[in-house]
Amino acid sequence: MTAEPSVVEFLAVTRRFGALTAVDGISFGVRRGEFFSLLGPSGCGKTTTLRLLAGFETPDAGEVRILGRRANADRPYERPVAMVFQSYALFPHLSVERNVAFGLEERRRPRAEIRQRVGRAMELVRLDAATFARRTPAELSGGQRQRVALARALVLDPAILLLDEPLGALDLQLRREMQLELKALNRELGTTFVYVTHDQEEALTMSDRIAVMTGARIAQLGTPAEIYEAPRTAFVAQFIGTTNLLQSAAGGTGTPRALRPERVQLCPPDAAPDGLDARPGHVTDVIYLGDTLHVIVALADGTRLTAAVPNQGLLGGAPPWRIGDPLVAAWRPDDARVLES
Amino acid sequence: MIRRPLLRRLARRPGALAALQLAPGTGWLLLFFLVPILIMLAYSVMPRGEYGGVTAGLTLEHYRRFFDPLYLRVVGRTFALAGACTVLSIVMGYPVAYVIARSRRWKHVLLFLVVLPFWTSFLVRTYAMIFLLRDGGLINTWLLHLGLIHRPLTMLYTPGAVLTGLVYGFLPFVILPVYASLARLDPALLEAAESLGARPWAAFRRVTLPLSLPGLIAGSLLVFIPALGSFLTPDLLGGARQLMLGNLIENQFTTARNWPFGAAASFILMAAVLVALLVYLRTQDRAPGEEPG
Amino acid sequence: MARATPRPLMGITALVYLFLHVPALVLVAFSFNRSRFSVEWTGFTLEWYRRLAERGDILRALRASLIVGLSSTVISTVLGTLIALALARRRFHGRRLYEGALYLPIVTPEIVVGISLLVLFAAVGVPLGLATITIAHVAFSISFVVVVVLARLRGMDRSLEEAAMSLGADEWSAFRRVTLPQIWPAVVAGGLLAFTLSFDDFVITFFVSGVGSTTLPLLVYAMVRRSIEPTVNAVSTLILLVTTVTIFLTDRLGRARRGRTA
Repeated sequence: MTAEPSVVEFLAVTRRFGALTAVDGISFGVRRGEFFSLLGPSGCGKTTTLRLLAGFETPDAGEVRILGRRANADRPYERPVAMVFQSYALFPHLSVERNVAFGLEERRRPRAEIRQRVGRAMELVRLDAATFARRTPAELSGGQRQRVALARALVLDPAILLLDEPLGALDLQLRREMQLELKALNRELGTTFVYVTHDQEEALTMSDRIAVMTGARIAQLGTPAEIYEAPRTAFVAQFIGTTNLLQSAAGGTGTPRALRPERVQLCPPDAAPDGLDARPGHVTDVIYLGDTLHVIVALADGTRLTAAVPNQGLLGGAPPWRIGDPLVAAWRPDDARVLES
Repeated sequence: MIRRPLLRRLARRPGALAALQLAPGTGWLLLFFLVPILIMLAYSVMPRGEYGGVTAGLTLEHYRRFFDPLYLRVVGRTFALAGACTVLSIVMGYPVAYVIARSRRWKHVLLFLVVLPFWTSFLVRTYAMIFLLRDGGLINTWLLHLGLIHRPLTMLYTPGAVLTGLVYGFLPFVILPVYASLARLDPALLEAAESLGARPWAAFRRVTLPLSLPGLIAGSLLVFIPALGSFLTPDLLGGARQLMLGNLIENQFTTARNWPFGAAASFILMAAVLVALLVYLRTQDRAPGEEPG
Repeated sequence: MARATPRPLMGITALVYLFLHVPALVLVAFSFNRSRFSVEWTGFTLEWYRRLAERGDILRALRASLIVGLSSTVISTVLGTLIALALARRRFHGRRLYEGALYLPIVTPEIVVGISLLVLFAAVGVPLGLATITIAHVAFSISFVVVVVLARLRGMDRSLEEAAMSLGADEWSAFRRVTLPQIWPAVVAGGLLAFTLSFDDFVITFFVSGVGSTTLPLLVYAMVRRSIEPTVNAVSTLILLVTTVTIFLTDRLGRARRGRTA
């Protein structure tokens, strides 16, 4: 059994700020070249984890290993990482060119090499060097600044690229574009990406693996499919996408189960297919989302279910379900996943 | 090739860089600010020596001397003058701060014209007062010329002169904090008061004034404290008659040659300052009505 | 606020401004008065300024003030900036308390500071001179520099320095290439403030100076006590000029700084 090489390892790492525990004994590994995301709501500890990796925080307990060696006391400039900040942190007194060249100048690389590498980095992020090289950050739009921040980090060929919610300030269209570009860069360059975000859709889109965090701990670590289709806790089930939480049939106690809306089939009252878990109820609301309809169903026992039905088009035809319609909600028993807590 | 290995080794140890940055300045302040004051504290409880210095021993006689009516008068006069100066400064300074806070085009110029005297040599400004107030000075000469008086008015070396000099010196100290407080006032609050039926004076009394109180208190203490410790103004404008605590202290270290007594007097002054400071700190906790963000 | 400011308030304000500035202006005006003894205006002259240049004691005092001013400014600016950096960027125990304690030199009455330093120098046996004056000036200027530089550091984006470090710059490199370019106006402003305080200082200097180390303010004091003549006005005018220019520059730097935070 050969394990994939881990470029980053966290072993029971804890970081406290006074009475507050920001990161509580977390452990995980990041494989070479993978796109690894830390996902969670504000305050869950994901940014602190990234900062522990970058070297801006030191662990109070546990070990941070980078490329196989213990890095707890290593300063940020001693680590093979480069970081892209949420606020971009472009140096306002330097031009775009000098910003991107910063790390190379720090390493005292020859001028010709710097010029060449800066040019290539700007190409990578699709910023025209001729137009932008001499501009200052103040003269750039948000999207352009973001690209400069990226180029500045990538130009150093870091082993690990750290990104702290870099797309938060961009509008939706631009954000989607950049998500695809980042994913492409990750594949093209083979650089390991460690990405922090609170946007679960973003994490699902780009990541090879996701660590969902809450309350200073990792709730679940897995591929997007594992996280979405096999959530282990109620928190993960509810944080990623929408979900229905079903209590155990036995008197409302016991472990709850998670059921994704798209797994719920809506059938006329007597037409439930065999082999499925089926409950009668009636429609209380229909929500129009464009590509889907969310049908809210009240079951006989009082539970409310959300079912996602693909929208076949409401114009020029009768809607499939109307408020008040009686129906049966059915699903494969396996799709109601048992949760740990 | 690693550059600056020593710095990098230090940087890995928590607190090492901070210590390095704090050490020189802190050392200087400890040695040349704190230690001298501690030595002075020691001196104030030691008996007076032959040449005005100290000899070995412990005594409270210097502090006890302050209960002598002669010295109590000095302390009383000091508080009275400092207090009067503060009140006058507030009365004169608040309107100015208000006007500056409301002005738009001239705000910067007006502020600069307040900041300038704030930093200008106290000595020169006090001399300017002398130039105006002397018997042969500008005011008397003009009044004589205009025939309004027949003999020069004695303005210098009176309590009035000292008070005028103090206000002249410390007035800017009130204007700036009050201005800062007023500038932070959320205009929406006044609009709300207006929409609830408050007329200008009522809105001022019930909204603006209370909310500018922190700045007002800060400014008052910024006037009161240095006024207490005033030395130059009563010296040049008050002559030998209007002794304040500062002059008393100076005397002990020059003509009267009684260092321990001077040290004790300094501590009485410090005590008054610290009490005023504590009052100030208490009021700084509350600052309601500031603009969010 | 749409309503105009009431007239009486403007009136009071105008009077207060006159009160604050007319005495000094009068002082300056009469430094050009031909008459020596009376306050009658007899004509414009630069005689008194010319006499300044001939007076050895004034030139010596100016030289002393400049030496003390420049040395104390450099030392207090460096020490103060270092402290500000530690307060703004590093975590350490008692940081709040330390910051509060830094205000003590500012609020302590000058006479107490001057006296206590005299006591120190006498107890240790250090002769009073330009060195002791410089030491004293640094002691009371450090806190002012810290206040000015700290304000700017706190207003600056912290992640700039972290970005620099994540790109390979160590603490010194990050300071030199990123922090310093951002804060230099505040450092200079702090320095100018320290210079003004030193150049104008009288009370503290009075107690820690010795024979032969007379600064300009000390000389003016002696001249004022001795006799009132236009020469004193001339010296005072020059002191006012130095201060005004310095404060004006500090103000300019403040405005430049604000324009830069993009």
